Amino acid sequence: GHRVGVLDIDLCGPSIPRMLGVENYQIHQASSGWVPAYVDSDKRLSCMSIAFLLPSRDSSVVWRGPKKNAMIKLFLSDVYWGELDYLLIDTPPGTSDEHLAVVEYLQEWNPDGAVIITTPQAVALADVKKEINFCEKVGLPILGLVENMSGFVCPHCAECTNVFSTGGGEGLAKHLDIPFLGRSPIDPNLVMLLEQEDKTLVPNVNDPEAEKEKTTSIVETYQRCELSNMFSGIAKHLTETLNVKEAA
Amino acid sequence: MPDTITATKGDVPDNANEHCPGPESESAGKADGCAGCPNQEICASQAAGPDPDLPIIAERLSCVKHKILVLSGKGGVGKSTFTSQLAFALASDENTEVGVVDVDVCGPSIPKIMGCEREEVHPTGHGWSPVFVQDNLGVMSIAFMLPDEESAVIWRGPKKNGMIKQFLRDVDWSSTAEGGVLDYLLFDTPPGTSDEHLSVVQLLRESGITGAVIVTTPQEVALQDVRKEIDFCRKAQVPIIGVVENMSGFVCPGCKGESRIFYPTTGGAQKMCKDLGIPLLGSIPLDPSIGRACDFGSSFLDTCPESPAAKAYLDIIANIKRIIESK
Repeated sequence: GHRVGVLDIDLCGPSIPRMLGVENYQIHQASSGWVPAYVDSDKRLSCMSIAFLLPSRDSSVVWRGPKKNAMIKLFLSDVYWGELDYLLIDTPPGTSDEHLAVVEYLQEWNPDGAVIITTPQAVALADVKKEINFCEKVGLPILGLVENMSGFVCPHCAECTNVFSTGGGEGLAKHLDIPFLGRSPIDPNLVMLLEQEDKTLVPNVNDPEAEKEKTTSIVETYQRCELSNMFSGIAKHLTETLNVKEAA
Repeated sequence: MPDTITATKGDVPDNANEHCPGPESESAGKADGCAGCPNQEICASQAAGPDPDLPIIAERLSCVKHKILVLSGKGGVGKSTFTSQLAFALASDENTEVGVVDVDVCGPSIPKIMGCEREEVHPTGHGWSPVFVQDNLGVMSIAFMLPDEESAVIWRGPKKNGMIKQFLRDVDWSSTAEGGVLDYLLFDTPPGTSDEHLSVVQLLRESGITGAVIVTTPQEVALQDVRKEIDFCRKAQVPIIGVVENMSGFVCPGCKGESRIFYPTTGGAQKMCKDLGIPLLGSIPLDPSIGRACDFGSSFLDTCPESPAAKAYLDIIANIKRIIESK
């Protein structure tokens, strides 16, 4: 029953609309502000991204800092989200203007914190350490760390190969005393779901010729992917942590 | 909020005053119309008019035969991996002199991937000396100047631009080479189309860029960002050498069965390149040894020459050489 908004502040590479299946949303305004795209018919999952404002999908956004800051400020002040239980903010890689802007503009609303995503290998961890350092410097609490793309199970023989190594994220979280939220392997069906245009078809990459099951929205289709169980666990952990914080 | 984002004059921010002269103008930050503008300080602090460092940079880089930008729209597609392995491969011919400039100020991965993480930059009589990975392979990165590897570089645009400018103006590449000529200078960039990219293109305006290689993975979400990157190159008049499709298929080390991790539901890089009239330089399969080589700072081509990915790299490098030699 939660109402969730997703704000995509990756201005150069806004991927969220395609992933959620709302790429073709025509943005419009209500009297209270800009109306976000709704992913499901119950209007519980909404999304805002610069992608909705570009003249074409291929247009590049080549902006320096001040213009990016202004856009992020607008996103935070002028979008009419309605009542939300959670607002998730997807950021670009790095520790740059977008990150500074969003932390600065969100300050008065006391953001709950950051979830850090990494892949397992050392080269990724080196950058994630900086991201963690950024959070510390700007006073943003870290809610936890997820080790993504941690293993791929071969569809032919079911052997798991650690394509980007494994364990690095967990090791780092332990070392820095950050809650470790879990290791998510590569789930080809989830990858396909985020990739395909029709989000109501349940992917079955091991048997592409088989007739595909149909659902009513991506929210339902997603629950058919194996990885959704793991993410339910993460969501539960986060909501419990935040409830405890609120009660305190 | 505008209905759509359209081109504005120069780079005028949306929050600028009504009569903004433009941040690049001579009167940027100083005109009457600038009073009260949130960007006034930034504009006023930047030198107006033609940048006197551009000819200095052009002079500094006059010893470089080919300057190649490695770009990607999306993060995590393997751009730094590709840049480093390309550098190692080019430098495997001991008569070829190669340099790498790591322009990813927030996440400088090149020193780690190339096995020179804990090195420092040394000033010489002629400028800064790059860090040498091999006699004929030099690297410059902000990582060499940070107090420790865990410090975040939280800089806004102007400071990042300043750093990049120093790399181009003050690094002495001629010292790497016999005869003072650098055959290839590769620029590893952060993902996206942002300050760093604008800076590199603007700072290299006088000295010239040979071209850009754009790295992607096969899925539409990555290609979407690559198309934007291509749009950027066209707007900035950077010639495009071609596109590399990375993580293109996976061969199981156990059963050797082939599968896909990232699906090219919209035709992958091949279709995109055909539609846009750009060369597809090649496709590299996902091989866990590549990641391992990078984690240990070694050349993948040296450690795993028999891998199908190694052959793919060699084909791509041959294509790049062929295209730039023919220009």
